[in-house]
Amino acid sequence: MSKFRKKDGKKQPGISTASLPDIVFMLLFFFMVTTVMREVDLLVDVTTPNATEVTKLENKALVSYIYIGKPMGALKKTLGEEPRIQLNDAFARKEDIIQWVEMEKNRRDEAEIPRITWSMKVDSDTKMGVVTDVKQELRKANALKINYSTREVDKITD
Amino acid sequence: MARRELPEINAGSMADIAFLLLIFFLVTTTMDTDGGLTRKLPPMPEEQLEDLPEVKQRNVFEVLVNANDQLLVEGQLMLVSELREAAKEFIVSNPSREDLPEFKLTDVQFFGEQYPVSKQIISLQNDRGTSYEMYIKVQNELVAAYNELRDELAMNKFGKLYNDLEEDQGDAVQDIYPQRISEAEPKSIGE
Repeated sequence: MSKFRKKDGKKQPGISTASLPDIVFMLLFFFMVTTVMREVDLLVDVTTPNATEVTKLENKALVSYIYIGKPMGALKKTLGEEPRIQLNDAFARKEDIIQWVEMEKNRRDEAEIPRITWSMKVDSDTKMGVVTDVKQELRKANALKINYSTREVDKITD
Repeated sequence: MARRELPEINAGSMADIAFLLLIFFLVTTTMDTDGGLTRKLPPMPEEQLEDLPEVKQRNVFEVLVNANDQLLVEGQLMLVSELREAAKEFIVSNPSREDLPEFKLTDVQFFGEQYPVSKQIISLQNDRGTSYEMYIKVQNELVAAYNELRDELAMNKFGKLYNDLEEDQGDAVQDIYPQRISEAEPKSIGE
């Protein structure tokens, strides 16, 4: 009858938390692997437009970003609402693009230069004027493989 | 005093440390996968070319977007949602119709010699005042038209979607429906 006597008087044992670190570590590794740290501080507001026919950019190391949009929050007061171009960490004029393209090309191996994708992250409210200017500058700088950054959706509306 | 065994290190705080790191990565992570519409810009012409190659009117699908985000396709006002079908009809073309592109007999692998390939070109022109959102929508629809046609052709011929084809099969499909979207040299008309 010792089988039954055990029960009384003793508390139920607490659930072992020994495996908790393992679970958390698993999650941790998942996020460590999938994480992409933001390389630049955004100075402009960019909400990319929607599209359905999205192709993924394969090699992140071979992508250079151009941001175009309205200056962010506090910067609005001093810079106004006009869309601005951001290259790396600073605002730029369109005349600076050619030089920037050269810098970006020099950063990479010579063999990789033709494979660089120039990704344009442009706010959907921007007018085409400034985008066209940037595209013309890219053509002048012989940076021809461009990508219009978009969010993927199933359907776009009129 | 009897020798006691060394007490084990308490691993209870391990979870806290891991949680701390986890939260750090959760906060800094940006899950956005980068993607978009990939385009190839034409190289800058060395000097102003006077005699550009003549392209027949019937081979050109003219898409205009004005500053009010209105779409004019081959002289007709159109909605973005109608553009895809119109573009597809144009790209496939039809030998019995005079207003659609001509065909050029070309040798295409898998499809045999003298396969009629339509001489389509899509010309896209926008105003400086067009919104970027509208521009992307139009671009997207045009790319979608090509993608759908390629998928249909690949499905008929190989029973697979275009993206799942072998490289040489994909090239053959691409030879039949080459993506020819030409953007006119920008004009600045009264900004």
